[in-house]
Amino acid sequence: MSKTYYDPADLRKFGKITEWSEELGNKFFEYYGKVFEEGALSAREKSLIALAVAHTEQCPYCIDAYTKDGLQRGVTKEEMMEAIHVGAAIKSGATLVHGVQMMNKVNKLDG
Amino acid sequence: MSGRAQSRPKTSRLRSRRQLLYKYMATKSLKKRDSDLAKSNRQLEILSNGIFQDGELPTFKAKISETSQFPLKAKKLEILQINVGYMCNQVCDHCHVDAGPDRKEIMTRDTMRQCLEVIKNTGAHTLDLTGGAPEMNPDFRWFVEEASKAGIKDFIVRSNLTIIRANKKYYDLPEFFKKHNVHVVSSMPHWTRGKTDKQRGDGVFDKSIKALQELNAVGYGIPDSDLRLDLVYNPSGAFLPGDQASMEKDFKKALMEDFGIQFHNLFAITNLPISRFLDYLIASENYEDYMYSLVEAYNPAAVENVMCTNTLSVSWDGYLFDCDFNQMLELPVNSKVKHISEYNEELLEGRNIVISQHCYGCTAGAGSSCQGVVA
Repeated sequence: MSKTYYDPADLRKFGKITEWSEELGNKFFEYYGKVFEEGALSAREKSLIALAVAHTEQCPYCIDAYTKDGLQRGVTKEEMMEAIHVGAAIKSGATLVHGVQMMNKVNKLDG
Repeated sequence: MSGRAQSRPKTSRLRSRRQLLYKYMATKSLKKRDSDLAKSNRQLEILSNGIFQDGELPTFKAKISETSQFPLKAKKLEILQINVGYMCNQVCDHCHVDAGPDRKEIMTRDTMRQCLEVIKNTGAHTLDLTGGAPEMNPDFRWFVEEASKAGIKDFIVRSNLTIIRANKKYYDLPEFFKKHNVHVVSSMPHWTRGKTDKQRGDGVFDKSIKALQELNAVGYGIPDSDLRLDLVYNPSGAFLPGDQASMEKDFKKALMEDFGIQFHNLFAITNLPISRFLDYLIASENYEDYMYSLVEAYNPAAVENVMCTNTLSVSWDGYLFDCDFNQMLELPVNSKVKHISEYNEELLEGRNIVISQHCYGCTAGAGSSCQGVVA
């Protein structure tokens, strides 16, 4: 058994998940492929959204994959970092907006 | 804990010093550095060992055999590509020619005369001059003047742009190209200064922009103009090029908005794992992942139209190769005809193309050739 939870080489094996559940695996990859096609949003915009979400999900495979995908699309490092800040802002905002709940509770209990 | 935390900056300092050293070394060709990788047989050894030897990845021969495309055979000749010398004013990170100011291999006028005989009689519709910086060959202008008389439909010169601004004696190149109706094809790795200079050297971006503006000023690259100006994009690192049409759109928008520059088409070219790019892949520990990416992106439809099947590459000393990459790997054509002096188009047609694992670079995704995608 591997001594670490994550191995970069495992990303290449992602497609193998279909081997243990072919129908669901294939449906997932078909859906996944469709999502990233050019649409109302460009494939480039979708790639940047994916990069931001990869960070908020803290998925190392996704971070590797969408950093490389961005480079392939000519996305600059400044654009990548800004996208991550969008994710980070939502993450911290999501934490802080709960502060209102805390304030409400304090006011109710100790008002 | 504290010991580990302290060791971190030290490691990163070490790494950056190594990178600096690598960057410094990279201002000279591998040949000048007497690098092991300057030897073509060493490169071929690397490309056949490791992951390809132990069967982790299929060899190119095995892969094209799956779709009954082995052996690859040369079709009718369409493009004659002549390398007039390895000397260049730039030392780009990825250069498959290992070109640079220290390279002395230059085509002589005698070999050019032999080429001209072929150019006059060939059935090829495209003549493609490349280098190094072809303009640095002292007989370059004479050769272009003579070759343009042969009336070949498409006469390409691969110009690196900065040469036009490198020295006063090159300032009139745009006018010279225009006079001989030369189709200019130029490298431009990115529409931003940072990414361009990282790959091609400091100051390259600004000079390239100026050169493009000068080409535009004499009529090159303007929509509907017969003076063709195309750009070549190849990735600045260990990743594959994106979709050629989207990249072209992005390049056109950015170059127009920022600099008022126009051009016709963008060719997206994949970096082949040979020479300086192979050196970079190994030094940066990206070699295996890169080969995986190439093999995963293998596209049999690209094999159909791979450029070696309609192109012939002539080296600075007149020898014949299936492509520019085989020229650098010193893999000569598999034919009785080996040299431009004994050229025979009929004998060369139908020859078996010489292949190795670097060929995966031309069959990944939409394929790659000196004219961009092929599938």
